[in-house]
Amino acid sequence: MKKLVIIMSIALVMGSCGEKKADKATELTGSISIDGSGTVYPVSEAVAEEFLAIEPKVKVTVGESGTGGGFKKFATGVTDISNASRDIKGKEIELCKENGIEYIKLTVALDGITVVVNKENTWAKSMTTEELKKLWEPNSTVKKWNDIRAEWPNEEIHLYGPNTSHGTYDFFTEEIMGESGASRTDYNAVSDYNVAVQGIEKDVNALGYFGLSYYEENKDKLGVVGIDNGSGVVLPSIETVANNQYAPLSRSLFIFVNKKSAQRPEVQKFISFYLANAPKLSKEVGYVPMPQSGYDEQVKAFNEILIKQ
Amino acid sequence: MNNHKKNKYIDQSFKVLGILFTMLGIFILGVLIYNIVIAGFTRINWDFLTSLPSRKPERAGIYTAIIGTLDLMLLTVLFAIPIGVGAGIYLEEYAKKSKFSSILEINISNLAGVPSIIYGLLGLGIFVRFFGFGGSILSGSLTLSLLILPIIIVATREAIKAVPHSLKEASYGLGASKWQTIKNVVLPSSFGGILTGIILSLSRAIGETAPLIVVGAMAYVPFVPHSIFDTYSVLPMQIFSWTTRPQQGFAIAAAGAIIVLLIITFVMNGIAVYFRNKWQKRLK
Repeated sequence: MKKLVIIMSIALVMGSCGEKKADKATELTGSISIDGSGTVYPVSEAVAEEFLAIEPKVKVTVGESGTGGGFKKFATGVTDISNASRDIKGKEIELCKENGIEYIKLTVALDGITVVVNKENTWAKSMTTEELKKLWEPNSTVKKWNDIRAEWPNEEIHLYGPNTSHGTYDFFTEEIMGESGASRTDYNAVSDYNVAVQGIEKDVNALGYFGLSYYEENKDKLGVVGIDNGSGVVLPSIETVANNQYAPLSRSLFIFVNKKSAQRPEVQKFISFYLANAPKLSKEVGYVPMPQSGYDEQVKAFNEILIKQ
Repeated sequence: MNNHKKNKYIDQSFKVLGILFTMLGIFILGVLIYNIVIAGFTRINWDFLTSLPSRKPERAGIYTAIIGTLDLMLLTVLFAIPIGVGAGIYLEEYAKKSKFSSILEINISNLAGVPSIIYGLLGLGIFVRFFGFGGSILSGSLTLSLLILPIIIVATREAIKAVPHSLKEASYGLGASKWQTIKNVVLPSSFGGILTGIILSLSRAIGETAPLIVVGAMAYVPFVPHSIFDTYSVLPMQIFSWTTRPQQGFAIAAAGAIIVLLIITFVMNGIAVYFRNKWQKRLK
């Protein structure tokens, strides 16, 4: 038993000593705590990774407890920055007020919710937003493809979508049904989109929705459904999401910054660095950057709250 | 068929059934390990073990997650073993058989079956918020300790129960006190069983993700903890984070991390089994 303790102690000490030493002398220290959406996570992770190279003494940590879970921590002052794939909701705003948390919302990238089908699906090349609503609304009577359009096959339709903890779920239901959280419940609710990708890939009668990056990475295995909101069919792509042609399923990805935290120099530098590098890094991890003017606006908004304080 | 033949027949078929069931477990483990090794073995190299997490799957490593896992396990062992074994000894040796103690007994057994996320919520309420430990490695290890305590207590009690009564009586007969008997007779002869319980409970704790997400384990932590109040990541957290990413490269990295986690579990169990065998030899 003694030996066991010694071995584990050595592991602990070795770990503590092995940390990479910074080769540049910098003044900024401290720590920045980020949590929230798993969708925004890759962007914040990428920024934190690059930030480490220029400010090695600032400890930036990023978690992914979901947009809702992240806001719970943010509203109680546990985190400095909250990643969110949807806007903050009424209850969460109230909780922030109760705890005296003031914040600023910054848009860091764009994403398109993509409706996907099996590669062998030859019929569903596009759908109108009304058809999507009919398919996904609570107590939907659509069971077969020909319940949507008479000329589509008389086959049962198998649905995949995110479970209720995802911001993607809130956003899709809000845009299509007009009410956040309003959805039929008899579908395969996944927590991991790769499960949905696998399910749809193997089932010719499957349909699902998730973020554009999961489609882009699996283009050879999946088919995409164009969205018609009354002004013609639009396919999701980096261009159509960036110029908001892909409506209404283009969405913004946000970070919420605690105003009190923003008074700290390391947080200020991190946010400036974030906004300056988001165009490149968000694209690298599979999202769509805003036009540069969009980022300029975010920088301006952030600088304004700094001046006010 | 006469009775004797029939019994022999039943005996044989039960044996075959038993072998089949054993093989089933091994087969499933085999398939799992095979799949993971095929997917992730090439990914494991020194860089993978010593690099920080990254957005680029081919550059991403599990250094902080490995250290986080080892630290977390060490702290969990330090908290859970004394409390768990102590409680087991009390319940088995000191507690009088009363209604209260049987209610306690049932509750502890029930606790062993509570879903781990519930312990996470409990840890969030008590350690993170009430005691104000925040999302630290201390909160994480205390939560995991709660999670494995029931298993250790139950295992300790069963191991103590198995100590022959005659041994204890002999000790008392020589004039030894209760504590002397526990220290010199009961604990040494039940040590193997207690250790088995500890191994099982740690194997459960090392793979936990859900309660740790709740009490604040992070996915991206580019430094190792220096104190028990530092933020941390663990291997299951890193694996979870990678398996949900769209890029195929992260699936391979996740497989690599799973192999490392399996190796750590095997080594941990190996060390415990080694001590158990050595102990049993000494007893004889």
